[in-house]
Amino acid sequence: MKLVENFDIFAPVVVPPEEYFSPGHRACQGCGEVLAVRLVCKALGPNVIISMATGCMEIVSSPYPHSAWRVPWLHVAFENAAAVASGVEAALRVIERKGKIPAKNTHSIAMGGDGGTTDIGLQSLSGMLERGHDVVYVCYDNEAYMNTGVQRSSSTPFGAMTTTSPPGKMSFGQSTWKKNVAEIAVAHKIPYVATASPSYPIDLINKIKRAVDVVGPAYVHVLSVCPTGWRSAGNNSIKLGRLAVESAVFPLYEVKDGKYRLTIDPPKLRPVSDYLKLQGRFRHLTPDLIEQIQKRVTEEYGILKKKCEE
Amino acid sequence: MPKETGKTRWQDLPIGFMITDAGNAAEYHTGTWRSQQPVRNNDRCFRCGMCYLFCPEGCIHRGPDGYFFADLRYCKGCGICAQECWSDTINMVEETE
Ligand SMILES: Cc1ncc(C[n+]2csc(CCOP(=O)(O)OP(=O)(O)O)c2C)c(N)n1
Ligand code: SF4
Ligand SMILES: [Mg+2]
Repeated sequence: MKLVENFDIFAPVVVPPEEYFSPGHRACQGCGEVLAVRLVCKALGPNVIISMATGCMEIVSSPYPHSAWRVPWLHVAFENAAAVASGVEAALRVIERKGKIPAKNTHSIAMGGDGGTTDIGLQSLSGMLERGHDVVYVCYDNEAYMNTGVQRSSSTPFGAMTTTSPPGKMSFGQSTWKKNVAEIAVAHKIPYVATASPSYPIDLINKIKRAVDVVGPAYVHVLSVCPTGWRSAGNNSIKLGRLAVESAVFPLYEVKDGKYRLTIDPPKLRPVSDYLKLQGRFRHLTPDLIEQIQKRVTEEYGILKKKCEE
Repeated sequence: MPKETGKTRWQDLPIGFMITDAGNAAEYHTGTWRSQQPVRNNDRCFRCGMCYLFCPEGCIHRGPDGYFFADLRYCKGCGICAQECWSDTINMVEETE
């Protein structure tokens, strides 16, 4: 039996039934990123204003004159989702003070892809975290610039094929290691940081709720399987997210006021090859490269485990 | 709200291209993209709701009988529901036309 989480059984009872992201959106078949958006919106509820950087999720949700958003939503430039969300938060505080809306009722949310977060929006994100805005930032990480046709980002994993890191005679794919933006967020000493995955929906929903509940900035990094860019079967999107966690390629943890906690702690780790072999973007990898990835993953997981024990 | 005709005059557009009809993406039916459709054998279903939870379209609903069904106007036929179902209730079947 595919055990997802202890509480996942009878899901409809524990998950908010409302949908704040409508069907009819134009995401690819089996898109894990749009599932993440749907679940995050369920967790957020109606009292939010979302500022979103461009990327697949902006494009598939808002082909004019349509919008899939059932909550107030702003499309902003690629680099400034966090800056706009900071402004929205500041404005909310002002109109609350003037008594025009109830106090502490509406939350400002920022969203971006990995390109919009780990590369181009990193500066505005850092500014938002440093100034201490009461904003939740959600990064949907599908590990490349997917909307413009799969270009590598600093979040693309080592060895992965993208159109700008093509494997061949002179290259084995992405030659750099994935940037860890969750750790960069932790370094800002903000009250809440978490990693999450739609393959663990209850965990994801709980983390978003905790992120909203803290006073001050929160950052949630969501691994989002992209069948189009990862060259994987659309029906495998949930399974791949689970394998990423079970092989410790993408561990699920949270850091509340500096205190680390693994929220999903697999009793025994799977080899990374279980995760890699279902994806065409890793098909060219030699055993030697897979070994390098395994070594790095084991090492980093050890460090994380230590932090969780502190 | 302008329709998707390409013939709207700019004077008719709301300021800031605001969309006031929230969630009107539902007017567009992505079911036409589908090459396979989920077919259910509810005898096997124990109504856990995995299919509902994992559907990227949010197009699986719970009927009054407690069983789940996909709204085929939106289902893109990705097959996640069939793959994730614990009891093999759902089969993906090739569309005929
Ligand atoms: C300043 C700027 N540069 C480039 C683009 C073109 N562009 C639009 S979406 C996108 C890719 C977004 O990648 P990511 O943030 O990872 O989101 P994804 O599409 O992968 O979900 C790019 C390069 C843009 N809109 N603005
Ligand atoms: S390219 Fe990837 S992230 Fe973008 S809509 Fe398609 S599956 Fe989703
Ligand atoms: Mg991306």
